[in-house]
This record gives sequence, structure tokens and C-alpha cells, in this order.
Amino acid sequence: MLGILRQKVSFGGSHISIVEQSFLRIRPAVNASRGYTSAAKEMTVRDALNSALDEEMSADPKVFLMGEEVGEYQGAYKISKGLLDKYGPERVVDTPITEAGFTGIGVGAAYYGLRPVIEFMTFNFSMQAIDHIINSAAKSNYMSAGQISVPIVFRGPNGAAAGVGAQHSQCYAAWYAACPGLKVLSPYSSEDARGLLKAAIRDPDPVVFLENELLYGESFPVAAEVLDSSFCLPIGKAKIEREGKDVTITAFSKMVGYALKAAEILANEGISAEVINLRSIRPMDKATINASVRKTNRLVTVEEGFPQHGVGAEICTSVIEESFEYLDAAVERIAGADVPMPYAANLERMAVPQIEDIVRAAKRTCYRSVPKAATA
Amino acid sequence: MAFSLRKSKYVIYNNLKTRMGLFGITKNRSCWTSSPTHHHSTPIAAPFVQTFRNTCASFRNTGTLFSARRFESIKAGKQVLDFPGGMVAFTSEMSFISESPKERAHCYRVLDDNGQPIIHQNIVNEEVSITMYAHMVTLQIMDTIFYEAQRQGRISFYLTTNGEEAINIASAAALTIDDLIFPQYREPGVLLWRGFTLQEFANQCFGNKADYGKGRQMPIHYGSNKHNYFTISSTIATQLPHAVGAAYSLKMEKKDACVVTYFGDGGSSEGDFHAALNFAAVMEVPVIFICRNNGWAISTPTSDQFRSDGVVVKGKAYGVRSIRVDGNDALAIYNAVHAAREMAISEHRPILIEALAYRVGHHSTSDDSTKYRPANEIEFWRTSRDPVTRFRKWIESNGWWSGEAESELRSSVRKELLHAIQFAEKVEKPSISNIFTDVYDIPPLNLCEQEISLRETIKRYPEDYPPNVPV
Repeated sequence: MLGILRQKVSFGGSHISIVEQSFLRIRPAVNASRGYTSAAKEMTVRDALNSALDEEMSADPKVFLMGEEVGEYQGAYKISKGLLDKYGPERVVDTPITEAGFTGIGVGAAYYGLRPVIEFMTFNFSMQAIDHIINSAAKSNYMSAGQISVPIVFRGPNGAAAGVGAQHSQCYAAWYAACPGLKVLSPYSSEDARGLLKAAIRDPDPVVFLENELLYGESFPVAAEVLDSSFCLPIGKAKIEREGKDVTITAFSKMVGYALKAAEILANEGISAEVINLRSIRPMDKATINASVRKTNRLVTVEEGFPQHGVGAEICTSVIEESFEYLDAAVERIAGADVPMPYAANLERMAVPQIEDIVRAAKRTCYRSVPKAATA
Repeated sequence: MAFSLRKSKYVIYNNLKTRMGLFGITKNRSCWTSSPTHHHSTPIAAPFVQTFRNTCASFRNTGTLFSARRFESIKAGKQVLDFPGGMVAFTSEMSFISESPKERAHCYRVLDDNGQPIIHQNIVNEEVSITMYAHMVTLQIMDTIFYEAQRQGRISFYLTTNGEEAINIASAAALTIDDLIFPQYREPGVLLWRGFTLQEFANQCFGNKADYGKGRQMPIHYGSNKHNYFTISSTIATQLPHAVGAAYSLKMEKKDACVVTYFGDGGSSEGDFHAALNFAAVMEVPVIFICRNNGWAISTPTSDQFRSDGVVVKGKAYGVRSIRVDGNDALAIYNAVHAAREMAISEHRPILIEALAYRVGHHSTSDDSTKYRPANEIEFWRTSRDPVTRFRKWIESNGWWSGEAESELRSSVRKELLHAIQFAEKVEKPSISNIFTDVYDIPPLNLCEQEISLRETIKRYPEDYPPNVPV
């Protein structure tokens, strides 16, 4: 389906420059929509999440949403807009301000058979509830030897937004992905958001669903099958957003967009980058990543979070363990700066990976100028 | 700074003055709104507002200002304002609610120290009473023998319920099998009452193949779905919000059942206690919180745990109906839990029961409580306040029990237990595939690979793998 879309696009014709035509390869649907009139419907990530929640709540009366401001306020970021009116206060529960409390209550409800979706206003606040997420949700099925299953979803915005400071900008992908018993997902596009949230709600294991505030308003084209209420994406499968042959760039959430833009820039310089959208941090699709690196022989991992013990560290290790002989250059890790997020806009910009950082790293793996010191 | 005040506003001004500093500016913002019930009309206040604000304009940056409208209706005692949350009567007598009551909350009991009913009332019948007593004795013997087994090195850990047998058994007896139990860890008696056999207890303690927990947890972490007893986890008070969530689930199902959760005096200090009670009241769910206030949280006495009058008074703070009962009086506990269950289910409300008792044993086999409390204190509670003895006196005085029945019960339970332990000790341990199952619903690829890898390693180096453990 997506392939057909791409084909249509590449013959769309008139907007492609001669330069671009000579580098023409399969373009991801994202770029396609920007330059060409396309039959695909556009959907924001916010609407994708809202529709996924709506459909799952409609299909299964056991699914209910709980969190601060999810009801009357229509959701702190309007993700749960309209749900209170449609399903009532028993299924869209506004909670007092106690993350530890409502997370524990969600876990208890899951113990007894409901399927809660717990919303954190941001995952920074999930730290107040992390005991329940790890010790109650993640470990219960194991500790009870299968007697207590916890089909719960923890969702909310994760990582940096814009100008929200240190306590509202941390990325928790590495924290939760370290814990066995949890599944950790992080969507990028609207298709990801819909498919992965539906999969998460249907999954019998506890799932941590890391969204991104800045992506909520972004619009992506979605094919007809994505809009179907039975649409679901598999957990544990990454998506190759853009195929390439010179270097593999892995990313998740917002950084996928950056990686795609970097790939465009690199294409103009003769470097064909393959961009992998992880989608699933735990279980991580190491097979796809390694297959890609065996093809390109170079790896750049991109993430917004802190570098030490991060997602990129795990990917690099996996590639070194599985595909060492295939590497033609040292693996490269792009991560956020090892500082609490500063507030001032100029400082914030320097603390988060930018497209130029990805481009430079890719070039380094291709032995192209720009020594490491210059990028600090 | 001069105000032009009319006489009617002297009261207002004097009130203001007591709250404000030198420049008539207050740093505290009041969130009052005016009530429709007061008599003074707005215009009287308006000029005052103007004057006040104008004069204070230059002090804007030193604090926030009252709107003087709010002072319209101050007449001692008679006026009320509807704050968010409901009507509140005013008073002009400043008094602080005392931090400790003149008299502590009373403690409900049915039997006196000699096992005689204090007032004549309908109490539990013979059959239930004997059954309760037999279970209390069984629990006592179970504790003694398992404790000794740990001391002998046959199991790694154990935790006794000495002194709290009544809380365990009597509360369980007042419930139905459909009520969900969310225990802390000092409530095996509840599971015993529901039919968990001594063999099943032993299997869990030895972590053998027959353990429902598949050897995943330390001893005493029992759990059984078919008995509606949620698997014990070591974390303190986390079961409290879980219980509320499960109760919410029950309420949505409209079942004739409630959730009962247990915790200790120490557990009431956890944040989860606060969140659970608060939420339970707000969500109006059928849950009973039973606090076993046994005086000690390992080595921390209640005087170091909280300064309130125990745990029962905290219920009121959250809008939860509560009662304090004598934890050594089986009948009092039975009555209270029975009544609480009725209220919880029919009125959809949480109930808090504080059972006062004493932790006669050590916190666990890792503890020696004589290090932090006097031995004679322990001895006193073990002998003269023993709940099992008190209950026995009652059933004996009714002619339902005798010395022969006592020794027969004790010896048969002891024999059954010793046999269960010997048997459990010999049963195989769980196979190694149990390392990898139940992490997720379906084992993921990486764990499947690891299991294959582990089995290969065992095959290659059999001398490093214990011979008596199945593969």
C-alpha cells in the first residue's frame, strides 16, 4: 500500500528538480505529502491517538482511561478530547494529583481484569509512580507465576518539548526499556501512533507508551487501512522509513523526523542513508538493525535522551556483538547533552541533537572530513 | 497611610489589621468568594475598595491584596460562606484544633480479658466459633514449626503472626470467598481460613515444583487465584492502591463482594496509604482497609511512626468511616468486619478498621526484637493478652471445647505439618524453563535464545550444575 503511494509520487513529476531526479529513490510518505497532491488522508498525531483510544474503548468495555485532566479538561494536551462525553466519568476518570496513587489504582484494576490506560501529564511525573510501574506492574506476572497479569498501558509525552526546563524534558526510554516485564513503545508518525497504541491496549503485558508533545500537532498522511478500526502494528518490529546503502541511522520518536531530514541533506552530498524508525524500544528489533548494518556497514544512533546507558548504547552493543565483522567504521552515538535540560532557548537548542549533528556523524562514518572535536 | 472609614467598617478594619502588617498589605491571598446569604449589600464595600486599592497602589510589589468585598459579611458565628467544597460556619473565636484529643478514640471489644462477653448480645454460633478457634491454633502451630524449620536451615526465611491470630482468622471468617484479599505479609491466616492447605504453605516456603509461585519468591509470599488471595509482594503498602483499583473494578461489575486489604502501623506512613484512602473515598468504592496496629514496624515503635492518635483518626481526614477494635478479641473483629462489609457493599464506601494488637514475635527470622524492646514486655503480651487463649476461655465457658479436644487438635496439626514439611522438602525444584516464563505473556525471542544457550551450557558443563535440580 505504501509502495503504491510512493510509486504514484515518484511519477508525480513536475516538482522534482533535475538534481533530485538523479538521486531519486523511494521516498517516504512523509516527504511525498509535502510536495505532491496525494490521495492519502492527513491526520495529526493527536487525532491518531484520540481515534485509537476511542476505537479501543468502544470495542472493549473493560478499557478505561485515568489520569489528571483527562476528562473535563479534554486532556492536558487534548488527546482525550470528547471521550468523557462519549463514555462517561466511569470510563474516563479524572484523578487527584497523585501519580503514585492513580498508577497503583490502575495496576490494581488491571489485576482484577480491567484494562486501564494511565496517562501521565509527562513521563517526568511518572517518577513519582515508578515503584508501581516497575515493582507492581512489570514484575507481578513473574512473581505470581502467571496468576496476576497486568494488561495496562502507561502513556504520555516523553522527552523534550520547547522551553519547559529540566524537570519537564527528560527522556525515559532507557529507564523503562531496562526493565524486563515491560514493553516500551515510541511512535513517530500518525500511523505509528494509531497502530502502536491499539497494539499496546490489546497487549496482555504492561506497556509504556512514550509520545512526544511536539509531535502531537504534526500531520502525516495515512493510508486507508490505517484508518480501519482493526488496524494494529506489531510490537517489536522496527520500520525502515527510508532505504539506503551507505549508513544506517536509527532513531525513535521526534528524532526520526530529524534523521529523515538529515538523510535528505546527505543524499545531496552523495551519501545514501537508511533511516530506521525503532517504534519499539523493548523488545528492540535488533534483527532489522543488524540486517541494515550488515548492508550499509556503518551505524549512527540518534536519541534525545542522556547518553550514558541510553538506547543508543544498547543498539551499538548489539551491533558490535552481532555484526562486528561487517562494520567499516566506529559506531556513532548522537544523544542529548549530559546536562539537565536548560531553559534558555539558545542553550536548549544546544542540549538537544540537531539535524547538523546527525549529518556530521554520518559523514564521519563515511570518512568524510569534520573531525570529532569540531562537534564537541 | 490614612483610610477614610465609616463606622460600619471598623469591624472590617480591625479584622484586617490583625492579619496585615504595617502597611496594611497582606502577603497571604485569601480565596474567599462572597455568599448570596449575607445581608450587607455591595455598595458599602465599594468605596472602601477604591480607597484601599488606590492607597496601596504603590505597595503593589510587596504582596497580594485582598479584595475588600470579601469582608462584607462578618458577624460572629451567624454568617456562612460557601467555599468550594461546601458551607462553613464562621467563628470570631480563634481556636486551633488540638493536635491530640483529650481522649483517644475508643476501642470496640466484645469479650473481656477473661473471655467473657461484656454485654449480652448475639454472638457467633458454636460451629463457626470452633472452626475459628481451630484455625487460630493451626496458625499458631504453623508459625512455631516453620520458624523452627528456618532456624534449622531448612527454609531460608519465615515471618510469624504471633499475637495477631485473631485479626487473621476472625476477619477472614466474617468475609465470603468472593471478597478479594490484598494482603501485606502477616496475614497467612486469611488464606488458611479459605482452604489453603498446610502442604500448599509448605510448598511455597520450600519453593518446590508444586509451589503456585513456581519458586519465584521468598518464603511466606503466598498467593492463590482460586482463593481470591493476591500474591504477596514485599513492598510496603503498595497493595493499598491496588485494592482500591480492584474495588473500582468490582464496583463496575456490580458484584456482591468487596475488597479487603491489610497493612501495619508502619505501612500507614507510606504515600500509598494516603493516596489509597483519598481515592477510595473520592471514587466511592467497596473496600475495607484493615490496619494491624501491632505497636512495632521492625524496630520502630508507633511513637516514632506517627504522632496522631493511631491510624483510626486518619480515616476521618479522608472522609472514610472508621472504627478502632481490640485486635486480640476475635469476636470484636468478626463483628466489625461483618458490619464493614455490609456498609462497603451496600453504600459503596471505604471503611477503615484499626485493630490494636501486639507483635509478639520478631519482625521476621532476620530480626531479634529483644535488641530494641524489653523481654518482659514481649512476655506480658504473649501470655496475658494472647488472643487464642482469650477465645478458648470463651468457647470453653460455653461448653464447646475441652482440654482433650485441645491436645488432640494440637497434636494432629503438628503431625500434619511435620509431614507436609518433610514431603515439601523432598519434592523437586521447578525446572529451569521457569526462569524465562511469565516475564511476558508470550516469551520473547531474546529469552527463548537465552534458554537454549543456558541448556547448552549445562549440557557442556554438567559438573557445574547441581545434580538434584531438574533441568
